[in-house]
Amino acid sequence: MIPPGARVRLAPKARLQNDRLSGKAFLLYPERGLELSESAARIVAACVVEKPVAAIVDELTAASGEPRERIESEVLSFLDALDDRGLLVVT
Amino acid sequence: MTASGDQSGTLKGFPNPPAMVRGEQSSPAPHAIPRPYTLVAELTYRCPLACGYCSNPLDLARHADELDTDAWRRVFADAAALGALQANLTGGEPLVRPDLTDLVAAAHAQQLYVNLITSGIPADRARLAELAGAGLNSVQLSVQDVDAHGAAWIAGRDDLDSKLQVADAARALGLPLTLNVVIHRGNIARVPEFVALAERIGAERLELANTQYLGWALANREALLPARADIERARAIAAAAADRLRGKIEILFVRPDYYADRPRACMDGWARRYIVVTPDGVVLPCHQAGGIVGLTFENVRARPLAAIWNDSPALRAYRGDAWMPAPCRTCDERHTDFGGCRCQAFALLGDAGATDPACALSPRHELVREARARAEQPAAAPPPIRLRRMRSSA
Repeated sequence: MIPPGARVRLAPKARLQNDRLSGKAFLLYPERGLELSESAARIVAACVVEKPVAAIVDELTAASGEPRERIESEVLSFLDALDDRGLLVVT
Repeated sequence: MTASGDQSGTLKGFPNPPAMVRGEQSSPAPHAIPRPYTLVAELTYRCPLACGYCSNPLDLARHADELDTDAWRRVFADAAALGALQANLTGGEPLVRPDLTDLVAAAHAQQLYVNLITSGIPADRARLAELAGAGLNSVQLSVQDVDAHGAAWIAGRDDLDSKLQVADAARALGLPLTLNVVIHRGNIARVPEFVALAERIGAERLELANTQYLGWALANREALLPARADIERARAIAAAAADRLRGKIEILFVRPDYYADRPRACMDGWARRYIVVTPDGVVLPCHQAGGIVGLTFENVRARPLAAIWNDSPALRAYRGDAWMPAPCRTCDERHTDFGGCRCQAFALLGDAGATDPACALSPRHELVREARARAEQPAAAPPPIRLRRMRSSA
């Protein structure tokens, strides 16, 4: 589990890319890829540069207007999924 | 997907996504043309190694007229336009192409995520730096064995020291590194050493890919197929290592389909997610399909890649499920395993349209059962192996 106080950034092997056919965001990594939902793409985009998880949550809360607790739980569960795949650097 | 090896397709693809991430569309309309996600560019069949499980065709020498740099540029552009997001530059050994840096740059220019699938021979730090500068995204390095005699038995030579230098160079350059080991009877006892090697060289991913018995590997099946207990032991070791190293090294152990009840989802379906282009420009759904008698695969020298992908009769032959025989036709798993491997059905039964005999529901499953039974017999000494040589292709 990533603690809320951690700093994260996308691992060097992961590349966020807009798909030229669908316009959707994909996260590409060695020989694989994930098609991202809009909210997932926003989280990934927020991780391109290293920052505290709390800053990502603040950013996405401000953009969505939804309750912070809900955004925080979404962000943490998605970051865990990325971390399980080795797609995050967590410090 | 066909034989084992660096290109073991069962390991790849666009996997099921976590929550909040939407995956590929799982069931396209029956007649829709699927979107390829990965181009497998077999740049050459030349290779300094001679692995007895190679996924290249047996008639290597017939494919010696390689596409030039410009022809590959067109292939990359056409594949990207079709929807490909990944390019696997493979072979043979892609490093023997003097224009490899240009090819990496050309694939990168099409926004493809460029993976180099290599034995690491011949490479040095300067060459890797050049490739990284051209846009290479990741390196998959194959190691045949950590035991010198074992390596010489399966590949005709031992290059472990050189490979370790290549791994070091890749890590120093910041290139993500996958260690690929094809598992067979001769090295399956050394899975713990392969895990330790992956940790030592800083690999981010370890593929323990059991040999798939097609092509060269089928010719050497008696020597390569492990006994069931060895497979189970290796699988348990790999699973424990995967748990221990989660988030640090992704460890994949692909069970050989000879020991599974259901066939593997070969290439995620025929001409569905992968396009393979051979060194001489032939467009295939997998590495081995060129050996299927009765199908004529087209060449990018004669027709654009998109036209071939969309309506070549050979690529349409086993797309979707209309071609399926019983018991696949009514099987609940037909959209999961796609009826298994067409090349295996052809190799073992002479009929590419039959149910894969690896499936326990196949009426011809006894062929696989019998091979398994023979694998239980202990061998007095390592049996002779037919090494992959260009000359052997007559």
